Amino acid sequence: MAPVNDPADLTILDAAAALRSGELTATALYEAVLRRASITESHLHAYLTIDQEGARTAAAQADDELAGGTDHGPLHGIPIALKDNLCTRGVETTASSQILAGYVPPYDATVVTRLRAAGAVVFGKTNLDEFAMGSSTENSGFGPTRNPWDTERVPGGSSGGAAAAVAVGSALGALGSDTGGSVRQPGALSGVVGVKPTYGLVSRYGLIAFASSLDQIGPLTRTVGDAAVLLEAISGFDPHDATSIRGEVPAIGGALDRGVEGLTIGVVPELSGEGIDTQVVDAFRATVDRLAEAGAEVVEVSLPTAEHAISTYYLIAPAEASANLARFDGVRYGLRIDGETTEDMMALTRGQGFGPEVIRRILLGTYSLSAGYYDAFYGQAQRVRTLMRRDFAAAYEQVDVLVSPTSPTTAFRLGEKTTDPLTMYYSDVCTIPSNLAGDPAMSVPVGLDAAGLPIGFQVMAPALGEETMFRVAAEIERLSGFDARPVLATSEVVAP
Amino acid sequence: MPVHVDIAKVAKLARIALSDVQLARYGAQLNQILDHAERVQSLPTEGVPPTSHPMPMSNAFRDDELEPPLDRDEVLAQAPDAIDGYFRVPRILDDS
Amino acid sequence: MTSYEPVIGIETHVELRTQSKMFCGCAVEFGADPNTNTCPVCLGLPGALPVPNRQGIEGILQIGAALNCEIVEHSLFHRKNYFYPDLPKNYQISQYDVPLCIEGHLDVLVDGGVARIGITRVHMEEDTGKSLHAGEGGRIHDAEHSLLDFNRSGVPLVEIVTEPDIRSPEQARAYAMELQRIVRTLGVSDARLEEGSMRFDANVSVRPAGSDEFGTRTEVKNMNSMRSLQRAVAFEIERQVRLVEAGGEVVQETRHWNEELGATSSMRSKEESEDYRYFQEPDLVPLEVDAVWQQRVRASLPELPAVRRMRYIDGGVDAATAENLVDDPGLGALFDEAVAGGADAKTVGNWLTGEVVAYLRQQDAELASVALTSGHLVTLGRMVGDGTVSATAAKEVLRAVLAGEGDPETVATQRDLIQISDSGVIEAEVDAVLAAHPEELGRMRAGDMKPLGYLVGQVMRATGGKADPKAVSEILRSRASG
Ligand SMILES: [Mg+2]
Ligand SMILES: [Zn+2]
Repeated sequence: MAPVNDPADLTILDAAAALRSGELTATALYEAVLRRASITESHLHAYLTIDQEGARTAAAQADDELAGGTDHGPLHGIPIALKDNLCTRGVETTASSQILAGYVPPYDATVVTRLRAAGAVVFGKTNLDEFAMGSSTENSGFGPTRNPWDTERVPGGSSGGAAAAVAVGSALGALGSDTGGSVRQPGALSGVVGVKPTYGLVSRYGLIAFASSLDQIGPLTRTVGDAAVLLEAISGFDPHDATSIRGEVPAIGGALDRGVEGLTIGVVPELSGEGIDTQVVDAFRATVDRLAEAGAEVVEVSLPTAEHAISTYYLIAPAEASANLARFDGVRYGLRIDGETTEDMMALTRGQGFGPEVIRRILLGTYSLSAGYYDAFYGQAQRVRTLMRRDFAAAYEQVDVLVSPTSPTTAFRLGEKTTDPLTMYYSDVCTIPSNLAGDPAMSVPVGLDAAGLPIGFQVMAPALGEETMFRVAAEIERLSGFDARPVLATSEVVAP
Repeated sequence: MPVHVDIAKVAKLARIALSDVQLARYGAQLNQILDHAERVQSLPTEGVPPTSHPMPMSNAFRDDELEPPLDRDEVLAQAPDAIDGYFRVPRILDDS
Repeated sequence: MTSYEPVIGIETHVELRTQSKMFCGCAVEFGADPNTNTCPVCLGLPGALPVPNRQGIEGILQIGAALNCEIVEHSLFHRKNYFYPDLPKNYQISQYDVPLCIEGHLDVLVDGGVARIGITRVHMEEDTGKSLHAGEGGRIHDAEHSLLDFNRSGVPLVEIVTEPDIRSPEQARAYAMELQRIVRTLGVSDARLEEGSMRFDANVSVRPAGSDEFGTRTEVKNMNSMRSLQRAVAFEIERQVRLVEAGGEVVQETRHWNEELGATSSMRSKEESEDYRYFQEPDLVPLEVDAVWQQRVRASLPELPAVRRMRYIDGGVDAATAENLVDDPGLGALFDEAVAGGADAKTVGNWLTGEVVAYLRQQDAELASVALTSGHLVTLGRMVGDGTVSATAAKEVLRAVLAGEGDPETVATQRDLIQISDSGVIEAEVDAVLAAHPEELGRMRAGDMKPLGYLVGQVMRATGGKADPKAVSEILRSRASG
């Protein structure tokens, strides 16, 4: 049995309280999390790197500071995992790509700087689909991560390692990145909370870019309250990101206890019916009913262009990616495959360093930007994106938040969707619209299906509507009473 | 519009060396994905401005001030090949 | 026999002399150790993001305004995608369909006439790094390896594109020089061709005179001086005319100017035309230069070369001197101060563009590093005017002042260059000389003035050269007629 009251099972807020009451030290918490990881990692492969030395030092420093009366707030001494597309100075950062194997950045991402300033203990770097391109973490260049609820299944993706680590307690919280659902969908499939903030709320500086106009960094945590704490720590204007929003940060966790009375909640029929697994739809409807019982007014609001979201996304995101990934050329860092000329060297390096999904998307993006096709593909997708933003704007005239299932299915089997890219792309049908709109959205676990796999519920809000979004999410968390833990975190597990 | 991607040309533009077998496979997949985009292409968007940035913002500038550069040794330590403070690459063919 | 008309357009790249680079805080510095002015942004490290330098935008707006451009209120940055090892991200942040400045013009003076050259666009972009080719022969394809230095990567670069309005190599050069004067006057760039902070590409075609269709053009690169720009354009025109006259056809291509050979040659032509896959830079937000900002830029422009040139000429300076003063803002400023202090424009203009320039060239010195002030020029001008020193001696005084020997009065005294302007003293010397040369005096009295020069010389010798020769001559004349 995992020890009762193992600190690795604490939420961030509970651990923060225990650190201050003297029941727990940051070092003991770090050791508990490391112990948990040593058990779970051989089953999951959630991490690419665990920075034991860095984390131990940071934990000891957190203890010293607390003892000396310096308190950096709720993340002080809390072990946090980072998706491995977030740059960490002195710690290998690969974006799960062979082209970056061994790469050690000379600088920290802004979110990492902010976490460190908040006293957090950066525990390690988690696995992802290569360059965040995927929905299962099977596209990792270093082997897949498995779902802690059923290791024959995927944890979702691309932030699958982060979601799995948080689900089993090998981190108390994590940061992932969400371009088309890459935080929310693994959150749903792994039974944790996942948030995609408003575009521009969190600095992207130091996030290895996939699709710049869609990427946002967001937290994965066990609870809505923890997610608010983590998001508050990383939000706010950054002079190193020109797309970062200036001005006030919304009071993210300011209304967690206010309930949903007086709020109008819109159900999006295009995202909650056809093509969605019946068990997922049932859990979704049950939760909507509870919200109505709790005092929310529930209405149906259509997003007519939502059905075009995936196609639009697969014209825009690969185009941006084709340019963002051009810098991986064997010249300044990472992999180099030697060639007679620099041109050959670059082409060989890229041909061998990138995995198939990445190559597929670079080719797709290159094509859709190329002369003669731009207007039909990329240009048209951007105009459709405008239509989608208008749809959302019209919807938010009527409602405070929109809701849908997070993912059309629960966790699927490894290999189940790898042969046909389009099947895999459909995993993000419910999450992509918010990325295209730039609006915030989050996933909250609301139950398990018949196979014991978690089901996620998505709350979407207008730009900078995080406070209301979290308020609804917190009520959903209370109403659903979801407290199941994956088998790996609760029963006796022995490393093979 | 029926899509036929000249995949070899695209791979060259993207500077990715691929075998003929790979090219054929990616070509087929791209055609399939782009066929799916056909419905998006047929949406009426005349007069609709493109969205390339989700937030309505403008003029995000920095002041003309120096920030410390990176340590060159730390940078070059990551390079596949470096000499005398320079990155080194094989001879450059394309005189552009 | 058909005569041909050349049609020329010029693309100019100007590096702005900001403190920091266009999209990061690294220093803009020429000649630093390789890769010492680099950071995640200008090295294209994973995760880095660009943030535009406000001063860079100001610089391009000033150039656009000085070139009589319309400043575009809403403009955008784009990515220009191409792979090259000196381009760290393998795309260049540039502007595409909505540049910052459009539709301007620049008037240039050639052979006493004015030619108006249309400016198509002025846009903002970033410079690339530099590649050094380590092999023999200097040409890229000979090198075994290339070395890369990213110090220049991300330096703000302004691209200025003309309409195909230029009609001769002389006009091409005149345009380039006037543009250089403008950016130097604005103080936004050193505009040094030899350091690459100003670079020209010329698009050249020819057509039968009178035709209004364009011939096939070539793009000529690698001109490292104003002279080589003119030569390269002239060569290319001649080459194309000969080719066409011989029944051949001009191939659209990029050609490389070889200064030593005095010829252009075809560069390895690319297998297919470039496809830059421009799209709006998603890491940057749009630029919005509203009317207030535009007004502020236009109001802040300094006096531009054309206006300055006219002012000098109107002030009595000859055209060539005016040009030289306009060419060198330092000299021009000194000139303006001295004239404001009461000095004669023509005299000071000649001194500055003559003795001063010669001295600086000889000493390989900068104007800023020598002791000369506008006050010195005013004093020296007054000393010549009141006869304290001769015009010849004034030049010696000027050189000594430049060499740091002191102010003009001190120098003239120490070097014993003060003229004898006391007429009593001079008269005494004249009379002594005439007493010793009765024969010459007699000839002059008889109307033969030939001995005058000889007698002036005798007086000057007697006074050790310090007498004002004009005064000596006058007194001699009066004695001859007396
Ligand atoms: Mg250019
Ligand atoms: Zn830099």
